[in-house]
Amino acid sequence: MEILVQQIINGLVLGSIYALVALGYTMVYGILGLINFAHGEIVMIGAMIASTVIRKIVEAGIKLPGLVIAALGLLVAAPACMALGIGIERVAYRPLRRAPRLAPLITAIGVSIVLQNAAMLAWGRQYISFPPILPDGTHTIAGARITDIQIIIILLAVTIMAALHQLVHKTRLGRAMRATAQSPDIAGLMGVDANSIVAVTFVIGSTLAAVAGLMVSGYYGLSHYNMGFMLGLKAFTAAVLGGIGNLGGAMIGGILLGLIESIGAGYIGPLTGGFLGSHYQDVFAFFVLILVLTVRPSGLMGEHVAERA
Amino acid sequence: MLPSGPKDFISRLVSNRWLAFGLLSVFLAALPFAVEAIAGLTWVRIIGFAILYAMLALGLNIVVGFAGLLDLGYIAFYAVGAYTYALLSSPHFGIHLPFWLVMPASAALACLFGVLLGAPTLRLRGDYLAIVTLGFGEIIRIFLNNLNAPVNITNGPQGINMIDPISVAGFDMSRPSFGGAVPGVYNYYYLFLAFAMLIIFVSLRLQDSRIGRAWVAIREDEVAAEAMGINIRNIKLLAFAMGASFGGVSGSLFAGFQGFVSPESFGLMESVMILCMIVLGGMGNIAGVITGAVVLSILPEALRYLGPLEEFLFGRVLVDPADLRMLLFGFALVAMMLFRPAGIVPSARRQDELRPEPAIASQEQASLFDTSD
Repeated sequence: MEILVQQIINGLVLGSIYALVALGYTMVYGILGLINFAHGEIVMIGAMIASTVIRKIVEAGIKLPGLVIAALGLLVAAPACMALGIGIERVAYRPLRRAPRLAPLITAIGVSIVLQNAAMLAWGRQYISFPPILPDGTHTIAGARITDIQIIIILLAVTIMAALHQLVHKTRLGRAMRATAQSPDIAGLMGVDANSIVAVTFVIGSTLAAVAGLMVSGYYGLSHYNMGFMLGLKAFTAAVLGGIGNLGGAMIGGILLGLIESIGAGYIGPLTGGFLGSHYQDVFAFFVLILVLTVRPSGLMGEHVAERA
Repeated sequence: MLPSGPKDFISRLVSNRWLAFGLLSVFLAALPFAVEAIAGLTWVRIIGFAILYAMLALGLNIVVGFAGLLDLGYIAFYAVGAYTYALLSSPHFGIHLPFWLVMPASAALACLFGVLLGAPTLRLRGDYLAIVTLGFGEIIRIFLNNLNAPVNITNGPQGINMIDPISVAGFDMSRPSFGGAVPGVYNYYYLFLAFAMLIIFVSLRLQDSRIGRAWVAIREDEVAAEAMGINIRNIKLLAFAMGASFGGVSGSLFAGFQGFVSPESFGLMESVMILCMIVLGGMGNIAGVITGAVVLSILPEALRYLGPLEEFLFGRVLVDPADLRMLLFGFALVAMMLFRPAGIVPSARRQDELRPEPAIASQEQASLFDTSD
């Protein structure tokens, strides 16, 4: 029982991070209909910048509360990620908006390779450690341990997602975004500037990526130029699981994927009589994805299947 | 002299078939000798790999280019073929079956996996299919990586080494031929070339066949194709199976050539690379796909000469070329796509079809930003 509760807590934390990254994928897909393959790398850049800034502050001996230092790191990382997101859109996606469907996918892959290798040149091949500045108290719930960092991550993720929901559904900007997603041409006729909406989408997605990057590096205490790839892959899986292009779907898909992974990793050993160990965690996640899509081909929250691929 | 543009070259091929064919055979037969004389024996090996990639790209082209099913896990079939060969002719299990038995077995097993992947994904379209195939590829890789305990089947991350070299009609391909005058790599080059020719031939014949037209039909409009009496299920499964078996054949050739396989060679990035090859070359166009495969497999190797180039330009190595090479490769991918979004040699039919249809693109998107049910 304690194991189950513990795995649920771990799953919720992991899932919150996945959900934040998945939102970036799903928003861009919703507006432009393309998989922003480079999004995982934006998370990586966010994590690297935030960790570096935080290290510099700590090394300079400036005495500030841990959360303030983390916020300062984010304050540098978020604008950098925004600029990066907008830049990628301008250079790699906008010129190809009327091109064959797979062309932007290839440029996205190219950008992702560029970012990874640029990060490797800038930060080297070694892991960047995250200074232990965040509160590290632990609490016990039903026999399971939950740390302060975990609580912060979950609360922050929930707050951000609620705010995003309000933004999309209650504001003028959100309405413009939804209109552009439904039909860019008609939205244009109504006076919505599609290009600025696309830019806003990339800004929001990249900011969420920066937050997620800070969370990952703070939670695991490490960041690495290679970290974006698998994280991006998982988050994209989560977005598809929930129904790509659907904000609620990305949130639910992310949290579900996190839960599936951590519960699956905890129980796969006993279930298979020790034949499969916890390193099959990823198999489990993908297997559930395939199973869900076989039953519901457009994801959990996706409404109708596209007629043309 | 050959005309400069690939398009002219193709049209010449068609108009003066035999002459072009003769010239091409002489060129391909002489290529390894010329390459060794200019750039050294390693480059003969690189060209061998370029041919392997061309075969893989042609296999994926059937699934993505012809049938329009976006497959991001294609490398899994390559892995299945390679591991089949590795397990059936290496000291790992002490089994040493002959090539002509193992190669068809690799193709058959890969084919089976193709159907296995195809069957549950028949209803999926576009990006959903992409992510499922991606997951499938990862599942295969993770299993290969971990099936060393409790029963050692794949030898885990270490991989399987000392795989038997391919031997055809009692002749060991890795041995030098003609009394030691010609190194073993040449034998593999010609063997790969023969298989590539076979795959090109099959692809060309398939393209114009009833099946090929059915693939194009389901790519363009699945509902209409079904109304025309095409059995969507069978024709999709056939595309997966054919593509997969090409991958399986290439995989077995790879295992015999390399003498060593490990899960590392079959990551997602490899699948993505093969997809890049066909998109870059010109999806659905056989000449384009081959061009893309050759360009993309040679480019990273050519970029290894950055070190000497830097030394020549600046007098010393400024940035480690190993670090810089993939960065430039990424830039090259972006740049090539920006300048020729339909590929180096675009497929005429695809070009017609892929004219922008913004209305359809927006119709496709399901319930965007609709957080309620």
